[in-house]
Amino acid sequence: MLGKDLLGLYDTSAEDIMLILDTAVGMKKLLTQNLKKLPHLQGRTVTTLFYENSTRTRCSFELAAKYLGAGTVNISASSSSVQKGETLIDTGKTLDAMKNDVIVIRHPMGGAPHLLAKNVKASVVNGGDGMNEHPTQALLDFYTMREKFGSFKGLKVAILGDIKHSRVAKSNLFGLTKLGAEVSMYSPATLMPQGIDRLGAKIARSREEALAGANVVMGLRIQLERMHGGLFPSLSEYAKYYGVSEEHLRYADKDCIVMHPGPVNRGVEFTTGVIDGENSEINEQVLNGVAVRMALLFLLCKNRQGESENA
Amino acid sequence: MRKLLIKGGQVVFADEVKAADILLENGKIAKIGKNLKADGAEVIDAAGLTVFPGLIDMHVHLREPGFEYKEDIASGSAAAVAGGFTQVCCMPNTDPVCDNAAVVGYIAARAKEVGLCKVHPIGAITRGEKGETLSEMGKMKDAGAVAVSDDGKPVANARMMRLAMEYASDFGLICLSHCEDKDLVDGGVVNEGYNSTLAGLKGIPRAAEEIMLAREIILAETLHKRAHICHVSTKGGVQLLREAKARGVQVTAETCPHYFTLTDDVVTSFDANTKVNPPIREAEDVAAIKEGLRDGTLDCIVTDHAPHHVDEKNVEYNLAAFGISGIETSFSLSYTYLVKGGVLSLSELADRMSAAPARILHLEGGKIAEGEVADLMLADLNAEYVIDSKKFVSKGKNTPFGGMKVSGKVLCTIVDGDVKYRA
Repeated sequence: MLGKDLLGLYDTSAEDIMLILDTAVGMKKLLTQNLKKLPHLQGRTVTTLFYENSTRTRCSFELAAKYLGAGTVNISASSSSVQKGETLIDTGKTLDAMKNDVIVIRHPMGGAPHLLAKNVKASVVNGGDGMNEHPTQALLDFYTMREKFGSFKGLKVAILGDIKHSRVAKSNLFGLTKLGAEVSMYSPATLMPQGIDRLGAKIARSREEALAGANVVMGLRIQLERMHGGLFPSLSEYAKYYGVSEEHLRYADKDCIVMHPGPVNRGVEFTTGVIDGENSEINEQVLNGVAVRMALLFLLCKNRQGESENA
Repeated sequence: MRKLLIKGGQVVFADEVKAADILLENGKIAKIGKNLKADGAEVIDAAGLTVFPGLIDMHVHLREPGFEYKEDIASGSAAAVAGGFTQVCCMPNTDPVCDNAAVVGYIAARAKEVGLCKVHPIGAITRGEKGETLSEMGKMKDAGAVAVSDDGKPVANARMMRLAMEYASDFGLICLSHCEDKDLVDGGVVNEGYNSTLAGLKGIPRAAEEIMLAREIILAETLHKRAHICHVSTKGGVQLLREAKARGVQVTAETCPHYFTLTDDVVTSFDANTKVNPPIREAEDVAAIKEGLRDGTLDCIVTDHAPHHVDEKNVEYNLAAFGISGIETSFSLSYTYLVKGGVLSLSELADRMSAAPARILHLEGGKIAEGEVADLMLADLNAEYVIDSKKFVSKGKNTPFGGMKVSGKVLCTIVDGDVKYRA
């Protein structure tokens, strides 16, 4: 069963993933009834500790905690202060001393949540660490897929974009392969990480091959800094050879859904027609994100009750 | 007349291992034979033990001057003799950089004061290890430097390395090259491959090491000079060296225990004690490193002993310092993985850990023979123990080997005929 922390989906069982998704169904029901003053986490405190900019993930976690009645604290640290200021472990111990229950951490470096989790009593949720994992984004993606298709068995998921730097792609891959889906990936060779095929992804040789018969078409954000780093020459070249337009979408299954973790570069990963088209679930993903995070926080805090009683 | 008689041990000679007594007199090996007797000699009972030539580590970081909070010459020397080493060569990336005769002289003098193992300073190739102008190699040699290296800061400019190889040779010094193309490294922290992708840590491609290694081979070959390659970690690097040696290029090379004992599976724990430069590679590299040691493509084993303070390791993987505190685990790991692992004989292990570095740097020692310097190490090869960094003599407790069970325990280290360490 789900442990103290949620650090990544590589180490999370299919059963635990399904438990979170199942729990999120009830949460979404409450949300859609506009019930946002729930008692589940009364007396609990959730801290978001973000060493990287984020609007949607942070907001989603904060609202999820608040809707369930938890107190919330937000800490922002610029990544430069990571190197100069207090160490991560000291920051974590400080939060522990204040009787905080859950720390949601986002950090530009892979493994930072793992280091924190080893050193604090609070439950640690990985809100995205470097190029490693972003488990709650993948969970909300799974929720969205299951809501549409009912099951993951044999589901074809195409992921296109900057795979190399994407923690979203990794968490999706780890979870989806456990759940029985097939994942194909496509990106410029400079943005494809070594060994991803050994982790279970099928590397497509073309955009068309990646999209062929896909039930889910997921785009990943292309960051401008990658272009400045020389990994591809220009956004327009990227859009032309690697982006997905409505025309390309015809290769996918006609009932496919289009997903994107956001924020979207319109006209780069996807054309506006794809983003706003009838297959798009991009806005539904955001709502599902709150429900999934409510479920996760609820389950982790329930575990904590058991632990403190036993202690 | 100081006399020490080592009785009843199995002695590791260059070509065989056999029972013999060894009489040490006035810092030299006076006599080797059966049933030796010597009046007034202190006797060491070596029954059940194996006697090796004192180990020589031609690549360590003693951190003094400047980083005494990580290690200093006293603690590093104590760790060295605890690891069975009688001679070590320390890299110049201190503060100030060891790029002049004054710092070389300071290290040599301080090591004598400490008086445990012999410490040979390595001077910087370029002033400040900046890669711009040659350091005063002649003066450093006169002050006691045994080689030159910009270890940790590769000489990026090929012309500068060419000049260094040429100029160093005038003084009988060899350039020890830390091969790393920083553009290709590009901020990487672990080996690039399956595990870097799995852990989401930035990868360092093998090419970053091999491209500069190939450059040094080409320079040594075309200039007809010697060159020595530091801490080889890749299969491709071993292949380049094997081909170069077959052509007669005057190139020698070293590797470290962590490159023939570990694969990069260990980095997925995010334990920064696994962070080292070059990074721990994959199984095929480990196999190639072992084969390189077996066939002599890799001349010697060094530790690249890189002690760090715990606060420099107990941080995010990306922020942690590179390096492993390795001088106290080198013998056990090498014996366990190479001798028990069927790669080397005991005589070959003694060659890789003692005779070879002595040959490369023209140091005394490296063999057990009458008239040789009395630098010896006694080990119990049947002893098994679990590596525990808390017991390290070194200030640096940073090891990825904690909890590992190994064989072969160093029990006694003798330098110039005097016992400097007893377990």
